[in-house]
Amino acid sequence: MAALLAAIPYARFLGITAERKGNELTTVLPFSEHLIGNIWLPALHGGVIGAFLEITATVQLLFDTQCERLPKTIDISIDYLRSGRAAETYGRAVVTKHGRRVANVRAEIWQEERAKPIAAAHGHFLLTPV
Amino acid sequence: MTVDVDEIDAHLARIPHAAAIGMELVSRDESGCIIRVPYADHLVGDPDTGVVHGGVLTALLDNASGMAVRAGPNNETSGGMATLDLRIDYMRPAEPGKDLLAHAECYRVTANVAFVRATAYHSERNDPIATSVATFMLGTGGVPKP
Repeated sequence: MAALLAAIPYARFLGITAERKGNELTTVLPFSEHLIGNIWLPALHGGVIGAFLEITATVQLLFDTQCERLPKTIDISIDYLRSGRAAETYGRAVVTKHGRRVANVRAEIWQEERAKPIAAAHGHFLLTPV
Repeated sequence: MTVDVDEIDAHLARIPHAAAIGMELVSRDESGCIIRVPYADHLVGDPDTGVVHGGVLTALLDNASGMAVRAGPNNETSGGMATLDLRIDYMRPAEPGKDLLAHAECYRVTANVAFVRATAYHSERNDPIATSVATFMLGTGGVPKP
C-alpha cells in the first residue's frame, strides 16, 4: 500500500501514507502548511478532507480486493463534522458492499480522538475487472 | 452588487491549499463564480494515464461553492460559514494536460443554510467532468472564507 500511495503524485503531494497492523489499514495525513483552507482558525481545506476520505476509501478497497488497478470513483458524499485542526489526521474505511462491478465504501477520518471524527463519507466505486 | 475580482483573487492566493493547487478566479458575479485549476503534474491521480485525481475536483468544487455563497443573491452573510456536506458525481475522467474549471451557483439562502450546485469541466459547461451539490451552515462565527 505504501508503494501504491507513493506512486500516486497527488497522494504524495498531500503527504498521505498508510499503516498496516494485521488485517487493519489506517491512512495517515501528517499536518502541513499547504493543506490549510482557513488561515484564521486555522483549519484544513474542505477539499483536502474530501480527498483524504476518497483516498482512504480507495486504498481500503484495493486492500480488500487485491486489485491492481485503481477503482474509479462514481460518486462520493462527504459530511463535514468538525473543523480539521492543524494536526495529524487518520483514516479508516469499510467496504460495506462489494458487488461485481460496484463497491460501496464508508470512510471516516479523525484527529486526536477516534470517537470524534472530523468528517465521514460514503461513495460508490467502479471496479475494474482483473 | 459589484465584486472586485482582483481582491478576491488575492484572497484566493492567501488560502494555502488553494495556492498550492494553483486555483485562480476567472469570474464572479451574482450568477455565480468560476475558478480555474491549471493542469499540473503533482495533481495526477493515475500515473499511467496522467488523469488528475478526484480529490483535486473536490477541492476545486468545495472552494468554488463556498465562494458562490458570498456572491449569491440576497446574501448579506458576513460571518463565518462551514461546509455541512458535499456530494460529487463523477461523469467522466478529466483529460490529461487540460485545465479544470468549476462554475458554482448559490441558488438558495435561508437564515441558517446556503444551497449550492457546481459543475467542473474543461471548456464546455454542458460537457461536465463532475457535478456537485453542497450545503453550508451560515453564521458559524470566525472570519469569513469567501
